[in-house]
Amino acid sequence: MSEEKIKIEVRNLNLFYGTFQALRDISLQIPEKRITAIIGPSGCGKSSFLRTLNRLHDLIPGAVVKGEVILDGRNIYTDSVDVVELRKRVGMVFQRPCAFPMSVYDNVAYGPRLHGVRRKRQLDEIVEKSLKMANLWEEVKDRLHERAQNLSGGQQQRLVIARVLAVNPEVILMDEPASALDPISTARLEELIIELKKNYTIVIVTHNLQQAARVSDYTAFLLNGELVEVGRTQEIFVNPKDKRTEDYITGRFG
Amino acid sequence: MSAKPEINELKSEVVKMGTLVQEVLQKAIKAMADKNLELASEVIKDDDLIDEMEMAIEQKCYSLIALKQPMASDLRAIATALRIIVDLERMGDHAENLAEITIALIDEPYIKPLIDIPHMAKLCQEMLSEVLRAYARGDSNIVDNLISMERQVDALYDQIFRELLVYMMENAKNITQATRLLLAAGHLERIADHITNIGEMVVYMVEGRRLDINRMARQADANSGSPS
Repeated sequence: MSEEKIKIEVRNLNLFYGTFQALRDISLQIPEKRITAIIGPSGCGKSSFLRTLNRLHDLIPGAVVKGEVILDGRNIYTDSVDVVELRKRVGMVFQRPCAFPMSVYDNVAYGPRLHGVRRKRQLDEIVEKSLKMANLWEEVKDRLHERAQNLSGGQQQRLVIARVLAVNPEVILMDEPASALDPISTARLEELIIELKKNYTIVIVTHNLQQAARVSDYTAFLLNGELVEVGRTQEIFVNPKDKRTEDYITGRFG
Repeated sequence: MSAKPEINELKSEVVKMGTLVQEVLQKAIKAMADKNLELASEVIKDDDLIDEMEMAIEQKCYSLIALKQPMASDLRAIATALRIIVDLERMGDHAENLAEITIALIDEPYIKPLIDIPHMAKLCQEMLSEVLRAYARGDSNIVDNLISMERQVDALYDQIFRELLVYMMENAKNITQATRLLLAAGHLERIADHITNIGEMVVYMVEGRRLDINRMARQADANSGSPS
């Protein structure tokens, strides 16, 4: 990873939910404009880790984060950081496609409006550009004012991505983005993720090892809240160094 | 999903194919030494069996890749099987070529007693036993031994080459048979190369590291001048 520019550096990160420690002393570098996959069994802390990267734990009572998450040289866990601004820079796509109960257009325009964009022409431009980048424009350009919930699951997930792109983020976090999609929608989503790498840093949590292998440049393996191994995806899937990684990806766990 | 039972089954089929090649090679050498036409014909027939096994194992590898999406050591085991069977199949072809030479020379006495060719063959068989054992056990600690045996095989080939050259120079009537015997030695030399290829794949399967044992053997020759 030495030749890569580092976008996020995680240093000695610990996460507690009350007395339960969900993440243990994680140190990890996330390179810019690359896709980093986080893999591991259920309950290993993958999603918890992802949520530390844009301070979503702030919203969870009893959750305490210790350590540093350094985004472009600045620790996001300092008091002076504006969390709304942080979440604009570090966007999130969740497991279930959650289109807001409004039109396709309003879904995409939601973020820019929140951040103060009012002019219709400018909003139109942002909506079109974001939907195009999310590979959804051709499918919805004549239905912009229909209810977003009428779109298929795969389309809704791309709509969510368009909504994230509309606020011009730098990092996109994805938590199992394809787990509720059929294989064709999954393939389209994976193509989109790889395309987005040109402009964005992507961190994706996935249960699907083949998906991690197909889309990511780097893979990190978490187990019981600890980072077991991280490296180039090819190395991790062909020749992992740690016995526990080997056992997990060959399905011989436990 | 764990593919361990299927991978183990695959490995035992590769070992079975290797054992068959070993038997065929043994027959081919015995047929040559004893001028046994029947045994030589058997070797030629056995080659079809080896080809069938290769295709069956190859198909199995593709199914495993498609159905189990193997990764890490499972993936390396399948990649290794796919390459080893090609080397084994080629060795079967060389054994068949040896049998054909035996048949071509069946009616004429050998210009000299066969000593170095059976010696080469014996070394090849030892090498093959060693790599098959290492493959079955997942033991990658074979490289030094293979290099040493490979160098001995190459040295014997050079010796046979010089010796047969002398026979050809002494009497032009020897040329046809001497050329066939030289080809036989060449087949054995190629067989040893295929065995070192298998050895390389065993190392890859176990450690994920790719080596070139033939080059290492040549390097060792260049450094010391003669095999150890």
